[in-house]
Amino acid sequence: MKEKALSKPLAQPQQEVSQPEAKSGNVHVLESAMKLIFFICGFIAIGFVLVITVYLIISGLPAIREVGLVEFLFGTEWASTAEQPKFGILPLILTSVYGTAGAIVIGVPIGFLMAMFLSKVAPRRVANVIRPVVDLLAGIPSIVYGLVGLMVLVPLVRTTFHTAAGESLLASIVVLAVMILPSIISVSETALNAVPREYEEASLALGATEIETYFRVSAPAAKSGIAAAVVLGVGRAIGEAMAIMMVAGNVANMPDLLSSVRFLTTGIAVELAYSSGLQRQALFSIGLVLFLFIMCINVILNVVLKRKKG
Amino acid sequence: MENVNNQLVMDQGLSASRKVYNGVMRALIYVAAAIVVALLIFLLAYIFYRGLPNLSWQFLTAEESVVKDIQGIGPAILNTLYVIVATLVVVLPLGVGAAIYLTEYATNHKLVSTIEFATETLAGIPSIIYALVGVLVFAESLALGKTLVAGAFTLVIMTLPTVIRTTQESLKTVPQSYREGSLGLGSGKWHMIRTVVLPSSIDGIVTGCILSIGRIVGESAVLLYTVGMSMRMQDFFQNGLESFLSSSGSTLSVALYVYAKVRADFDLAFSVAVVLIVITLVINLAAKFLGKKLKKN
Amino acid sequence: MDQNIILTAKGLNLWYSENHALKDINLDIPQNQVTALIGPSGCGKSTFLKTLDRMNDLVPGVKIEGSVQYRGLEIYDPKVNVTWLRKQIGMVFQKPNPFPMSIYDNIAYGPRTHGIRNKKQLDEIVEKALQGAAIWDEVKDRLKKSALGLSGGQQQRICIARALAVEPDVLLMDEATSALDPISTSKIEDLIADLKKSYTIVIVTHNMQQATRVSDRCAFFLHGELVEADDTEKLFSVPRDKRTEDYITGRFG
Repeated sequence: MKEKALSKPLAQPQQEVSQPEAKSGNVHVLESAMKLIFFICGFIAIGFVLVITVYLIISGLPAIREVGLVEFLFGTEWASTAEQPKFGILPLILTSVYGTAGAIVIGVPIGFLMAMFLSKVAPRRVANVIRPVVDLLAGIPSIVYGLVGLMVLVPLVRTTFHTAAGESLLASIVVLAVMILPSIISVSETALNAVPREYEEASLALGATEIETYFRVSAPAAKSGIAAAVVLGVGRAIGEAMAIMMVAGNVANMPDLLSSVRFLTTGIAVELAYSSGLQRQALFSIGLVLFLFIMCINVILNVVLKRKKG
Repeated sequence: MENVNNQLVMDQGLSASRKVYNGVMRALIYVAAAIVVALLIFLLAYIFYRGLPNLSWQFLTAEESVVKDIQGIGPAILNTLYVIVATLVVVLPLGVGAAIYLTEYATNHKLVSTIEFATETLAGIPSIIYALVGVLVFAESLALGKTLVAGAFTLVIMTLPTVIRTTQESLKTVPQSYREGSLGLGSGKWHMIRTVVLPSSIDGIVTGCILSIGRIVGESAVLLYTVGMSMRMQDFFQNGLESFLSSSGSTLSVALYVYAKVRADFDLAFSVAVVLIVITLVINLAAKFLGKKLKKN
Repeated sequence: MDQNIILTAKGLNLWYSENHALKDINLDIPQNQVTALIGPSGCGKSTFLKTLDRMNDLVPGVKIEGSVQYRGLEIYDPKVNVTWLRKQIGMVFQKPNPFPMSIYDNIAYGPRTHGIRNKKQLDEIVEKALQGAAIWDEVKDRLKKSALGLSGGQQQRICIARALAVEPDVLLMDEATSALDPISTSKIEDLIADLKKSYTIVIVTHNMQQATRVSDRCAFFLHGELVEADDTEKLFSVPRDKRTEDYITGRFG
């Protein structure tokens, strides 16, 4: 029985071996073709970044050249549709910087402490209920946050501080802080969870309390992950447009907590639909500035993450 | 006995300043947790409270009509679907292909890290810049206008990093021994990928799909400027594919913007928000379910 | 004695980037015999085995010099079709690596890869291969079940059957029993003795008893060099090299 099963004709000793050329030829062509296709797919990602960069530079430079770099970056007045148009984006830059900083100042401590709660303090069952809701919050479209901000925060600011409009930098900061919370919480929690249990046990064995252990051992051990969370939050906050467009008021004032302001992002969003000529070119210049900001943040994020690995 | 001992240790062990530190830090944690939980509950409750009353089957399916005094987001839901399909049709092969190149073919380390840096960069670019590029490149330079196809192309660039990353992660979980086994039997590389690697990583690819759908559903800036904000139903299929691709109209997120900012019809805006939150919930659950399955394998 | 040489390595050198892993290897592998490659871990025996069906091509930074001939054909010639070569020279790996598919699909994978689509023909091949690997009786009633549900020893025999199903000429086994229990190991050793009637077999093993039990010829590797190759009996009874003697008497390894 077994003999029969194995009755494969023995190859003749030292026979000439020949490869089946024709058929393998087809297969070979297919293989090379697929390799080429995948290579092209991989290259397209690079292509997209190049296209975006080149387009932003090409279309962003003319307005800067016409207005003058110093006047563009440090001019304090943006009046794109005036008879004597002014294109100074300092108010926009400062608003973006202040807005982002404000969101970080509010969002990071709360997010970090919440991550500590979920990772270390909360009973597992409680954490398992809260976590999916935080994830849900992360997935909710930004425009929904804008809507809630418009309906809740704006009236609140108006009545509390007796201002005329209520659409303000303050409202924008709060909306941004809420929006970056979920990603700060989940990235910090991942970092805290990754701290080896042995570190904490060593600290507890030395007589530290749990709270002391969490803040003096776990948090420092997770610090690069938490730093990454902060940088990620900065990136999200500085790039957000639609949500704050609904609560910022969109007047290009120099930033003040209670006045209507315009961010770099909303500066583009507000005028993109109807602009033309130099005004439109100036929008692309704002885009270029924003892009440079984001690239810097990406590089910082990369460095932070690399250090984490090393 | 043991309780007494513990009490003793507590009394002896902690100085006053340590007690304060412990108390304050613990309080801070609980305060932060309370704030976040209150915020979560408030947000969801408020949105549902304002949005649910107007939700009806008619609102979800009908096309709005001033004459008949009907409000409806049927076209917006369909538009959202169309944009999703049009984007995925392009981004899936592209993203999966790039991931396959990176994990299966690429040998040049520099090239791999360049491509990965490019994907990370794409992932970090805010959507308003994509909107800008979409308007500039697709709508104007390529003369596509404010159309479905211009929007879909822009979203392809935006979702590409997500698809590449999730596919790459799941390709990496396919055991090397499967690949050796297949190649050892004389498979070509593509044959190996098609028959062994891709079937084992299908979960990850689907996860990438779902996350991309999430981004597309939530996106408003890009779509507002590249696909437009018309709330009317388009005769998509009457004039063939070409008119389909060149049609325009608002998706759900854009519809919310239109209701809230253009028409100041806030209750309807909240109804759209409820729909968006439910979709987000479904997407999150699906992604989590698949992620678990992926981990098991 | 039948000494038709089927595989020949001449002046074979291999580097993993800077690491010189194989140094000037010269070895003939005769047809229808079991050749065992032995030596301490890291000595290059597995590396050498992988050069025989060009699986080392998959390692980044690998550099190979010298000649390996299969039936007189230079296998590192760029004109050689690697997939054809790997069909002729099958490989069984250290850890059982069945695909996450049914038993049937695992065995049929190779034939399908090489273009056989006919259901009846595939059935025959699958049965013959499973019988060849002495596992037909154990799995014939569950061919549609996943191969991952089998025990380690069964999985390894499935992998052997999978290799047999493409009708190879040579079968390479890379420590194919090292992950298995003694009973499964002895089953596979019996199988090897059967298989050599139809195939030329090269095994890598760190187990000297196994080498004496199953092999006709034996090659001893140390630090990337081939120290000595001879009939197994001779090598174990009257080793020519001092280092071989030290190794087989258990003085290191």
